[in-house]
Amino acid sequence: MENYYDPKDLPRFAEIGNDAPELAQKFFDYYGSVFAEGELSEREKALIALAVAHTVQCPYCIDAYTRGCLEKGASLGEMTEALHVVTAIRGGASLVHGIQMRKIAEKLSL
Amino acid sequence: MPDKIVKQDPPETFAQTLVRHGVELTRDRTVTLQVNTGRLCSLSCRHCHLEAGPGRGETMTRETMDSVIDAARRLPFASIDITGGAPELVPDLEYLLRGVAPLAPRVVVRTNLVSLDERLARLYRELRVVLVASFPALNAGQTSAQRGEGVWEKSIEALKLLNSVGYGVPGEGVELDLVSNPSGAFLPAAQAGSEKRFRAELSRRYGVSFDNLFCFANVPLGRFLAWLEKSGNLEGYREKLAAGFNPCAVAGLMCRSQLSVDWDGALYDCDFHLAAGIPFGGGVANIRELQELPAPGTPIPTAQYCFACTVGSGFT
Repeated sequence: MENYYDPKDLPRFAEIGNDAPELAQKFFDYYGSVFAEGELSEREKALIALAVAHTVQCPYCIDAYTRGCLEKGASLGEMTEALHVVTAIRGGASLVHGIQMRKIAEKLSL
Repeated sequence: MPDKIVKQDPPETFAQTLVRHGVELTRDRTVTLQVNTGRLCSLSCRHCHLEAGPGRGETMTRETMDSVIDAARRLPFASIDITGGAPELVPDLEYLLRGVAPLAPRVVVRTNLVSLDERLARLYRELRVVLVASFPALNAGQTSAQRGEGVWEKSIEALKLLNSVGYGVPGEGVELDLVSNPSGAFLPAAQAGSEKRFRAELSRRYGVSFDNLFCFANVPLGRFLAWLEKSGNLEGYREKLAAGFNPCAVAGLMCRSQLSVDWDGALYDCDFHLAAGIPFGGGVANIRELQELPAPGTPIPTAQYCFACTVGSGFT
């Protein structure tokens, strides 16, 4: 194995059910239901998925949801803004923990 | 995570796929005459299967227009669908329109929007022509990538002009439809959701209204095929089209109810066979010779690009 990630693996995802079919089926059923049109449109869900895919740094998911967003009618501007939303949350989550650091430092300091 | 992808090695032909699904592609009642007025266009859209553009000189002559008008007089077409290129650039377009307008209940002009002016808009309105306008996306970036720089702004202005003469305005009785083709090697968004979003956004941002939005897949022919090959997307796109084959879409395909006549009078079963040079399957070569409509049940020739018309909810 020269590379851990191969784009050709993406269409093989269903094989994950080969040795535990019932669990895989439950996951895929749930997955299908989550991404079906609901209170949120399929396009909005694809944009959320694209943003989360970057947060969990899953190249399969980035590939699938870049295509998915385009096919749901999202623009590159919308897709890029979605990434900035997760980046802001991700960066903000680090920064807001700085309050913990400051509280501890204040307690320990003269 | 992916949609289900079916790989075939070697790939199944469109004809083999029809057989596997127990579906035949034959003519239904022919109700539409599509008239291609030529390859001349003000744009060189990167998805154009006809490779139309400013450098193309082929345009329909008045003599061929007379053959078209004569056919429309003799044969009971419910719809005459005029396309190009840009029909607006054909010098005798008004002659053709005034000739066919009384002969069919519905006359359609496919417009690229940017070749429109107020005189033409008022002519269309007078003749109650249905307008079908190219409008791929709700943003300038994707529109420019497909149709050229500056097209987005001109398109919005053209839509405002059309609204000002009544097109797409409820109660005015003249229909304005938009067509969205994906700006790349991916499939179109679902039509109903896109129409809702286009309607809301065009109204909110520009005060523009329209009647219907149609979302169509790009057909791997002409300039789009060349781009697919050059960009390394051809194999993946073809697989995607074949994997999305929907046997239920076959019944509504345009080739079942339409004849396409090219700028020189040559007949084809559809616009894509016209682009590929696959002649009309019913045996008559030119509209001059067309004495009767093809009988229901007449077989229609197929090609690999037919998958683009049967993917998802189809291409009608």
